[in-house]
Amino acid sequence: MAADFSWIQPHPHGIYVAPADCWIDPSRAVDNALVTHGHADHARGGHGKTVATPETLAIMKLRYATADGATPVAYGETLSLKGGVDATYIPAGHVLGSAQILLEHAGERVIVTGDYKRRPDPTCPPFEVTPCDILITEATFGLPVFSHPPIRQEIAKITDRLAAYPDACVLVGAYALGKAQRVIAELRAAGHHDPIYLHGAMEKMCRLYEEHGVDLGELRLVADHDKDAMRGSVVVCPPSALNDRWSRRLPDPITAMASGWMRVRQRARQRNVELPLIISDHADWDELTQTIREVDPSESWITHGREEALLRWCQLNQRRARALALVGREEEDE
Amino acid sequence: MPGPLRLSDAKKKTNRVEEFAALIDALVYTRSRNEKLRLIAEFLRTVADPDRGWALAALTDGLDFPAVKSSAIRNAMKERVDPVLWALSRDFVGDTAETASLLWPEPIGDVETPPGVAEAVDLLGTMTRSSVATELPRLLDRLDSSGRYALLKLATGAMRIGISARLGKTAFAQAFDVSVDDVEEYWHALAPPYSELFAWAADGAEPPDTENVPLFRPFMLAHPLEEAVVSMEDYAAEWKWDGIRVQLVHVAGETRLYSRSGDDISATFPELLDALQIPAVLDGELLVRGNVQGGEAGGAASFNALQQRLGRKTVSKKMLAEAPAFVRLYDSLLIEGQDLRELGWQERRARLEQFVPRLPESHFDISQIVHAESFEELAEIRESARDDAIEGLMLKRRDAPYIAGRKTGLWYKWKRDPLLVDCVMMYAQRGSGKRSSFYSDYTFGCWDGDPDAGADLLPVGKAYSGFTDAELKKLDRFVRQNTLNRFGPVREVERAMVLEVAFDSVHQSKRHKSGLAMRFPRIHRIRWDKPAHEADRIETLRNLISN
Repeated sequence: MAADFSWIQPHPHGIYVAPADCWIDPSRAVDNALVTHGHADHARGGHGKTVATPETLAIMKLRYATADGATPVAYGETLSLKGGVDATYIPAGHVLGSAQILLEHAGERVIVTGDYKRRPDPTCPPFEVTPCDILITEATFGLPVFSHPPIRQEIAKITDRLAAYPDACVLVGAYALGKAQRVIAELRAAGHHDPIYLHGAMEKMCRLYEEHGVDLGELRLVADHDKDAMRGSVVVCPPSALNDRWSRRLPDPITAMASGWMRVRQRARQRNVELPLIISDHADWDELTQTIREVDPSESWITHGREEALLRWCQLNQRRARALALVGREEEDE
Repeated sequence: MPGPLRLSDAKKKTNRVEEFAALIDALVYTRSRNEKLRLIAEFLRTVADPDRGWALAALTDGLDFPAVKSSAIRNAMKERVDPVLWALSRDFVGDTAETASLLWPEPIGDVETPPGVAEAVDLLGTMTRSSVATELPRLLDRLDSSGRYALLKLATGAMRIGISARLGKTAFAQAFDVSVDDVEEYWHALAPPYSELFAWAADGAEPPDTENVPLFRPFMLAHPLEEAVVSMEDYAAEWKWDGIRVQLVHVAGETRLYSRSGDDISATFPELLDALQIPAVLDGELLVRGNVQGGEAGGAASFNALQQRLGRKTVSKKMLAEAPAFVRLYDSLLIEGQDLRELGWQERRARLEQFVPRLPESHFDISQIVHAESFEELAEIRESARDDAIEGLMLKRRDAPYIAGRKTGLWYKWKRDPLLVDCVMMYAQRGSGKRSSFYSDYTFGCWDGDPDAGADLLPVGKAYSGFTDAELKKLDRFVRQNTLNRFGPVREVERAMVLEVAFDSVHQSKRHKSGLAMRFPRIHRIRWDKPAHEADRIETLRNLISN
């Protein structure tokens, strides 16, 4: 092979595509950035030029006020960058707008998955398996203890608890981008059509999802309603507000948290969670290994999480792999 | 605040391990003490005998299955999961039982029905070191993930779910509307599954007989004095000895020695058993002979010397001769059939003073009263105490009866101020339980000379307490961002974090490279401001050695 993949270079603050002089999900401002999705550890403001899906660009505009130099690219569309590099954005199934980026150069194919999951999600198109030579995969839940149960089962925990405590409310801590909207959409799919109350920090992102065609049913702001109106309701807030003074305005809140980390009891206890909901927008262990098997790359580069275990799995399964240590990705920031 | 799942929400009681598992899970996620009490009480009221008794024993750490230890779980896992993946998972989760419950492969094909609690206890009890390898997996195959967690927690005897034995007993008292003091009193006369205790509390049967049983009575405990000032008219003072708290019981020709937690440690100190031949229940400090604590005439050695005798199931003659144990008595609960606990401390003390001369001097003495006219004078005495192994003072209210537990205002401990030294963090490891996955165990060192002239750090101790949850998060972040090397679960960090370490004393030790061992080291302050090269040198610590 001509270039032997030397054109793709992992650095602590991002992956550099040398011939095109651009970075994938750089953690500091660069001239040319290709962004997989809108979460803060992948997207940031201040780049000269940003290439992302229209949904991700809309999210970035809302969160990081980056509108300059934005180049939208639709799923499946191929963009020719300089230096003979082609970039194609493929659905990753993580959050609205999230994409894997397929890079092609000199006959070599590299995929950067960004964050992804394989489970169905009513708020974004599903992950597409795409063949490649090098798969640069995330490993947030890269330990065999992580197995996310079917989401229906976790959503039922919320509705069951409301039925048992009709005078209380269930306060769900969920990240404002992606998790919150998925939980709401899944509640709707499970037949819960009552108004759902939102922490103020959730509102704009929910509206953005609605503008992109995701139906979230009737949403109300906690600030506009008094305590008694919220009895028997679901309230959604950012995880940071769960144990905050803010929650005192709620009627007997039962503290729930939607996160893959809730699989580990002590994790839930550390966050004072009474109702742990194992709901994740990342691939669990079986999804990670299934994806490596199905994509079947000649080499996997593992990043963003517990690389060691996935590396070991690759070794046990006679698959070539290496771990990348990218900065800012160690935080368990689901 | 409503807590997790009401047990009555679940389907009718089946007495299966699942029921117990649901209780455990509910307890894990419940913050409120009252809600925990309510959950346990409801379980005890609704589940049948003997399952509820076994469950209660598990909650109060009263079960022991010699063949089923963490190593048995690890061995069972080794055959099912790659050892490296197991180790990485265990390190992340911070709990062997939970890791195993999550990683256990779901059985294929038909499985037996889940066992009841009593059946599970029975099966665990009959396992031997050779059969555990086949029997434990069979049992785990009958359970789901929560059931496996509950079973493994029950089997290995360390629940670590924030339930103290006292809370379990309080819940029992609440469930059947009986006095918790009575429960405490009878508790130690009985063994799991506590059928007589349930018969008494739930069905109004006669209370269990405690008269002729060498039974442990719960200790009276002290609060730290903190900032309080007390009057010497109301309180008497004694030295706080640096040994282990013990209770000696002689009844019906039998003597037993109990540790602070109520464990029977008679076998570890056989010389004391023959020494007490009069019916009594005595409270005191177990020490070994030496000339540090209490002076050269009949004094005791430092805790360091006692340590070599602790935890042994059998004792050699050599050990008995080299480190003979004795008890320094400070209270009496019963003497010759008379219960003294209702009496005030002053009267009990008088009885004890009369009683001690009847015991052999070789094995008993009395903890002397420290006389002071005023609190100020007492403070001076405490300051000037040169006797290095004395931990501080005890203050006991003169009119206080002997009350089990820690009742405010009756007994105080007034520890000496800790010693402090500035160390540099060298290694970090993840914690267990509440701190699982946080880097919360730190190894720290002092400079072996002048750091600016190229001296190196020598590890001097390890600590995992003394900081707040917020500080832990910052320390954890420091470790993650400043890792130089990984040795399995241990991370070596940049030598940049100064920890002010508090400790009670420091001793010479061959176990550590620095030749020093600290007693009760804990993080006193995190010196975010202090550059590492300004941390203390090893001489500073050597100058504090006491033996």
